[in-house]
Amino acid sequence: MMATISSDDRGAGPAAPEGAAVEAVVVRFAGDSGDGMQLTGGQFTLSTALAGNDLATFPDFPAEIRAPQGTLFGVSAFQINFGSSEITTAGDAPDVLVAMNPAALKTNIHALKPGGMVIVDTGEFGRRNLEKAKYAESPLEDGSLARWDVLAFDISALTLEAVKPFGLGNKEALRCKNMWTLGLALWMFDRDRGPLVDWLNAKFAKNPVLAAANIAALNAGHAYGETAELAGPMQRLHVDPVPSAPGLYRTVTGAEAISLGLVAGCRLAGLPMFFGGYPITPASAILHHLVKMKEFGVTTFQAEDEIAAICSAIGASYAGQLGVTSSSGPGIALKGEAMGLAVMTELPLVIVNSQRGGPSTGLPTKTEQSDLYQAVYGRNGDAPLPVIAARSPADAFRCAIEACRIATAFMTPVILLTDGYTANASEPWQVPDPETFEAFPVRFLEERNGVDRVLPYKRDERGVRPWIRPGTPGLMHRIGGIEKALDTGNIDYAPDVHQAQTDARKARIDGIASAIPPQDICLGEDSGSLLVVGWGSTFGPIHQAVRRARTKGLAVSHLHVRHVWPLPPNLGTLLAEFEHVLVPEMNTGQLKTLLRDRYLVDAVSLNKTSGQPFAIAELEDAIARFFDGVAGNEGGEVEVNENQLPAPGIERP
Amino acid sequence: MNDMTPIETTLKDWETDQEVRWCPGCGDYAILKAVQRTLPMLGADPKNTVFVSGIGCSSRFPYYVQSYGFHSIHGRAPAVATGIKLANPQLDVWLITGDGDGMSIGGNHTMHVLRRNLDCQIMLFNNEIYGLTKGQYSPTSRTGTPSPTSPAGSVDRPASPCAFALGSGARFVARSYDVSKDLPEVLKAAYRHKGAAFVEIFQNCIVYNKDRFDDFIEKSVAAESQVQCRDGEPLLFAKGTKGLALDLETLSLKVVEVTDGDWQGAGVLVHNVRNRGLAHMLVEMPFRPFPMALGVIYDDPATTFESAVIAERQSLIAGKTADLGKLLAQGQTWTVP
Repeated sequence: MMATISSDDRGAGPAAPEGAAVEAVVVRFAGDSGDGMQLTGGQFTLSTALAGNDLATFPDFPAEIRAPQGTLFGVSAFQINFGSSEITTAGDAPDVLVAMNPAALKTNIHALKPGGMVIVDTGEFGRRNLEKAKYAESPLEDGSLARWDVLAFDISALTLEAVKPFGLGNKEALRCKNMWTLGLALWMFDRDRGPLVDWLNAKFAKNPVLAAANIAALNAGHAYGETAELAGPMQRLHVDPVPSAPGLYRTVTGAEAISLGLVAGCRLAGLPMFFGGYPITPASAILHHLVKMKEFGVTTFQAEDEIAAICSAIGASYAGQLGVTSSSGPGIALKGEAMGLAVMTELPLVIVNSQRGGPSTGLPTKTEQSDLYQAVYGRNGDAPLPVIAARSPADAFRCAIEACRIATAFMTPVILLTDGYTANASEPWQVPDPETFEAFPVRFLEERNGVDRVLPYKRDERGVRPWIRPGTPGLMHRIGGIEKALDTGNIDYAPDVHQAQTDARKARIDGIASAIPPQDICLGEDSGSLLVVGWGSTFGPIHQAVRRARTKGLAVSHLHVRHVWPLPPNLGTLLAEFEHVLVPEMNTGQLKTLLRDRYLVDAVSLNKTSGQPFAIAELEDAIARFFDGVAGNEGGEVEVNENQLPAPGIERP
Repeated sequence: MNDMTPIETTLKDWETDQEVRWCPGCGDYAILKAVQRTLPMLGADPKNTVFVSGIGCSSRFPYYVQSYGFHSIHGRAPAVATGIKLANPQLDVWLITGDGDGMSIGGNHTMHVLRRNLDCQIMLFNNEIYGLTKGQYSPTSRTGTPSPTSPAGSVDRPASPCAFALGSGARFVARSYDVSKDLPEVLKAAYRHKGAAFVEIFQNCIVYNKDRFDDFIEKSVAAESQVQCRDGEPLLFAKGTKGLALDLETLSLKVVEVTDGDWQGAGVLVHNVRNRGLAHMLVEMPFRPFPMALGVIYDDPATTFESAVIAERQSLIAGKTADLGKLLAQGQTWTVP
């Protein structure tokens, strides 16, 4: 029987007809971390985007660069959800699983929908690999895979055969396996091989033999689908293009979008960018992208540590560029004291935090959104600063521009929160026209602003001090982290001075609330029984879960917070229009605390800290608990990987 | 230093209206005056001069110099300075730090600013004690220093800032002390050096470590216990009656007696500021029987960090245009009609 392919159903459904058009498909490629699964997934994503499908991806890889081959902890996976209607998540359970070895099969098979298709490379199912994956017997022979359609053949041997004419060594030849598998996947989903062939030729431009071998493997995989007598489960699935707004599109990852947004933001401010960074997963990708954009006035500096990275950015801002730094949780913790310096010296600065599971080293390659407290509260003293959270890879572009705008307009450090999921995942993005962006040019103080002297801490009506570049004649002054007198900025820690400056720093940041867009409800009515409030990368699953709940007739709406601090001024009013507020977060309830504190609202938490994004079903299940006796509301039967804990239940208020 | 046209200023032009808050008699006053006296001689321009400091007594320095100034956080001044200089290489950057700030909490940054060779003057005020936190022993305190946190005398072995600087790849290392009449000359040489110029300045903390350096500064012993390093001149001390020579058997320095001014006959070495090996030996000589080496110990310029960054950037952007529309549409795209 053919795998069940449908957009919204969980579990088995009616078989799709032969060669049928389907609405959405979830495919997961899993293999050893050396098998090139992220590359395979990335190229499959590109071909999917080129075919005009909407899509969302989820790369899931181990922290080890090359974990011992064949082991359970060395499995790397890439999931893509694509379809002919709007896609906002990487999908819950896959319809198709490609497992390149026994370990990949073992760690991923339980995520596969019942009746789903699994493709395995029998060439990797020898005794040693079975032992490494802790299989007593081959799962291909003991009947344990009966719930799924298993398609097992010797991809290793077929690949070796296909690349034989190129005279590669055995090891090199086997590395073409991923292209063979990709060829088969392209055939299954009726995809054009052209862009892949171009890409391989460009990638191996210096080694035409490798290019030819990989292309041969790709073509062989494709031909295998075409000609092999696998009429049963092996059929072509066609996913129609999604209707999108007219325009130019590309795929973009969160890390790319942030880099592009920072470049655009600096251009809109009329400033060169200084990026001080220190390598850390998953934030390094931003530095990797920015080093390639130096023609846009970007200086990058790989500092000796996280502290030097932010301090150099502060120095650059002091000298008149826009300082930017980026890290993940542990690195952000190290930057804490310097953020206080930027708060105290009132210099613009953008700090990007690509959050990962914590505390301490935590889960370097897995996602979490548990640094909200750290962003909003995590500094010594009363050190308020604005916090913005990106909801998706494409949204990160807009958020990065917004961070540059607020930092320069209000002379403040700004934290931009993203996470491992958003940073690595990609989605289609309508390429914006830079001509349509609104510029926010910076003006430096060029002349004395006091009677016969410069007053570096003289605030304007918004409480903002002037930005003065060293090198400007007649405006010499001193700033620093120590408390300072009003206007002059000279050292002064008299009681009334500290009180006045603390108040001024707080008022200035609070005032930013009036300079940000009002909060909107992104799905549903402005009032009702339940409001689901999210922030950051949970946007996709929350949106889909609310959409599904609404099709069942439930009075649910979705609100997604972008400006985490200060919160939009109308947020309290919106929250008050709903009987219940549910806050799903990949942490133990951090935004919930903030909302309860600000609005005395009895917000209910739904928490997940397994390092995996929310499944739509988990959220649907949580929403269902707020409604009794609604037809078609059985609650979510959560289908998750056995390694992935279902979200804990919530207590209904 | 930078390449700007020299500006005429006087000592007064470099004084701020701020009341200096160091303890009366602190060695910092003498260093401040020496700097304010030297800056006009260098033709430095207040508007293009930035003093950057960390935390500690010494780090209040920028408040007292009428130029641009940034009093940053503990140990991090080299990183702040790096950002400033990369953002605007035209600025003259002076870095003020102390033995706690620069060798302890900020040791890492001191190492990296030196190895990268950022063009700046680094003045490390070494008083061998933590002053601002009330007298605890520091990374340069001599073993056995009694302090509130080492009542029986400190057990740590001290670090040598100049040896550390050389080990970190510094291209300019000099040493002086707060009341030395030679301090302006050392500062001038540091300023003229293009690259990171490291100057250790022994500084008298009159409250917590009073007269700690008298064993080589005090008038009656100074001649006997200081060797002034001057490029091209013999390494003589004790009024020319002693000198430093190379012991070929142990490949180390030795003190030799010089009779009737015949230093050549005694094998006294001629100082060469480009001789890195000699510099290492001079900063590592154990005080007594050896004298304290002062002056410009090493000065051999190399490519500065900021010029390397600029060159790298130019090679990367050669032939590229900054077309934002093109950048955004990079990679494989498709059009929805």
